[in-house]
Amino acid sequence: MSRLVELSGISKSFGPVPVLKEISFDVRPGEVHALLGENGAGKSTLIKIIAGVVPADAGEMRVAGAPVRFSSPHEAAAHGIATVYQELLLFPELSVAENIYIGHAPRTRWNTVDWPAMRAGARALLDSLDSHDLDVDIPVGRLSVANRQRVEIAKALSQDARLVIMDEPTASLADTDARRLLEVVRRLRGRGVGIVYVSHRLPEIFALADRVTVLRDGMQVGTRAIGEVTESDLVSMMVGRAIDRLFPKSAAAPGRTVLELRGLSCRDAVRDVSLTLRTGEILGIAGLIGSGRTELALTIFGVTPATSGEILIDGKPVAIRSPAAARRLGIAYVPEDRGLQGLVRPQTVRENLSLAVLERIARALFIDRARERSLATDAIARFGIRTRGPQQPVRQLSGGNQQKVVLAKWVATEPRVLIMDEPTRGIDVGAKAEIHALMRRLAGQGLAILMISSELPEVLGMSDRVLVMSGGRVLRSFDRREATPDAVGAVMAAAGSEAAPASAEIAS
Amino acid sequence: MTVRAAGFAGPAPVRRLATTVESYGQELVVLAVIAVLFLAVGLVNPRFLSSTNLVTIFAGNAYVAVAAIGMSMVIISGNIDVSVGSLIGVLATISGTLAVKGYPVVVAWLAPLAVGMAINAVVGVVVAYLRIPSIVATLGMLSILKGGLISVTSGAWITNLPRDYLIAQVRVFGIPFPVYAMAALTILAALWMRHSRFGRAIYAVGGNAEAARVAGIRIERSVVAVFAVHGVFAGIAAVLFATQLQVIQSTVPPNLELTVITASVVGGVSILGGTGTVIGSTLAAILFATIGSSLIFLNISAYWLRAVQGLLILATVLADMARRRRI
Repeated sequence: MSRLVELSGISKSFGPVPVLKEISFDVRPGEVHALLGENGAGKSTLIKIIAGVVPADAGEMRVAGAPVRFSSPHEAAAHGIATVYQELLLFPELSVAENIYIGHAPRTRWNTVDWPAMRAGARALLDSLDSHDLDVDIPVGRLSVANRQRVEIAKALSQDARLVIMDEPTASLADTDARRLLEVVRRLRGRGVGIVYVSHRLPEIFALADRVTVLRDGMQVGTRAIGEVTESDLVSMMVGRAIDRLFPKSAAAPGRTVLELRGLSCRDAVRDVSLTLRTGEILGIAGLIGSGRTELALTIFGVTPATSGEILIDGKPVAIRSPAAARRLGIAYVPEDRGLQGLVRPQTVRENLSLAVLERIARALFIDRARERSLATDAIARFGIRTRGPQQPVRQLSGGNQQKVVLAKWVATEPRVLIMDEPTRGIDVGAKAEIHALMRRLAGQGLAILMISSELPEVLGMSDRVLVMSGGRVLRSFDRREATPDAVGAVMAAAGSEAAPASAEIAS
Repeated sequence: MTVRAAGFAGPAPVRRLATTVESYGQELVVLAVIAVLFLAVGLVNPRFLSSTNLVTIFAGNAYVAVAAIGMSMVIISGNIDVSVGSLIGVLATISGTLAVKGYPVVVAWLAPLAVGMAINAVVGVVVAYLRIPSIVATLGMLSILKGGLISVTSGAWITNLPRDYLIAQVRVFGIPFPVYAMAALTILAALWMRHSRFGRAIYAVGGNAEAARVAGIRIERSVVAVFAVHGVFAGIAAVLFATQLQVIQSTVPPNLELTVITASVVGGVSILGGTGTVIGSTLAAILFATIGSSLIFLNISAYWLRAVQGLLILATVLADMARRRRI
């Protein structure tokens, strides 16, 4: 059978650090070939080599049987290879049609841009992706992430791509959007396009891929047909050891109520939310992006104070007008976006760990260095943060270890209520399992945890109770026995179809 | 994918040295350039190393270094002040006028500090609470101060300054007072930025304001405070400037604000905020003075000073970017 691309013996080093060793990889027409591995396994480098972004040090690459050597992404594009990157490379101020045809707009006889042809072409491409609802004239900046991704895919197709590389396309999508994207990928495959699909989400890979290649530490662990492997096979191939239980279960029964919300609202974002959270309990909140999950967290934490309703801590009503007030009441918040709200990237691991407890480790106006250092050393050991030491700039750590720093920073404030928004987004399987174990251990020590997550397996696997939100309201609450994937999924899907017309073009 | 940073191998002292080099990279570079410059120009013209010339280099430009300390703090907090040159001019005029009018010299020395603090606190409030970008707010302040100064003084110089007012001309053990002031203020400010909660808050606000806010740091107060402190340093700089000659020109050296900002940036303060030290900015101010003096001793037109400073900025920013890319 013919190969769209074929790589053999590909190696690559950055300076003295080898990142890929002797990789052989190929994609056939009409095939989805999944690429799997922990962060740092070499996936990104491999797709960058195929896309012509970085050259390989050794090895051979063939496109349609002919040897090639790309010195730029442009050359790869000329050979029919397009990439949909994780951080979407679109121009927010330009329209959908302009973005799709950027760099190769159809021309009229006088060499001006042929607008009607461009709009019609964009329309046809989007229709072929079953995206009839997407307007080709609105600026891309007003589209949701899911729709931007469709634009990016249409852009790849407009260049007659025969091979499309997708780097974690569903990482920032909620479940229904992710399902729609999978449908788009299947369509591409049906047309004979070959697809390299990078993802952390194993269920997706089983739903989509024909073959899967697993990388670990730059080595090719193996390439298998998807029918020959199980989920646990892939996990052990990735991490090099078997993770027998992906989600640690709770041991202790929940204790007394710490946090109670009564009819809490914040403008239109959070409406009439009531819930209770007990010590030692993990309460999971599921819902689509825009369902009010994050807004609820921000309201409890005082970033956007409540406009009506009551918050009770230990049964006593409290007013939370600012994050500082929330912190004094023993509430901590591990935000959704590590980069934006979690870490001060130029600062060291030590400085980030102590940021939320400066007043505790300071004597009068000055920071007690010794106390700060021991706080940092403790946290590094307790949370298993892999770092050169407390003095290492935090930006140099991997995503999983950065997340552990954020978690450790908040646990240092000795909170009673810990809110975690997407605790494991974008981090690899091994680090994910470590974070889950840490969360379970903290709950076991009596912490009450409110966890928001877009990953249904995570919500179901970690939570003692599950709430489903939509449109700022709590739709339903499930206890652990009731919370099956089907039951929770059904409520979310129903909410999704209801909210879809309104949320299809939310600004993000 | 990012390349994992290679761990430092070797025994503890080597590791510690490596960490120091990493965190004070820019400061060490500036120090090295100063040393090379002294050696090179000294070889060509030994009089360059005479004590008279060294005194001129250090004392005559101490006020720039002092202003750059406050400027560094402002830039570390993620802001900038383009009005500091005019502010120094206004404060120097206030100080000199008070001295000439017969107020006690202590009043003439301390008034600029208080006025500088008050003016910049207002700027801080505009930036922090009204959320006007600092470059816009301070551009406005620049016009107000410059216009106000010219209309009040009509460009006249202040003369007949009382002898005991001229503190910049006082020498202790043969070394002029401004040198002591520069050294003491730099060390104090460096310790303050490194060990105080205020300093840590400033770095955090400049590095990631959102993360700082969520961690419970009051960003607005920190920004107002950093501008106010910067105003005090501008006041001290104004006194050092006003008292170094027998007269006060109502026109401070043109583009003083640019020289001050340049000192901060060349000294390793990232223009994006969040990193750098005040030691670096003082070293960079000394470097500029050294370059200026070298040009004279090498018989090169002083106008080249600006060009050299420009080259230094570009070189610094390029080095900064290269370092970031490596990490």
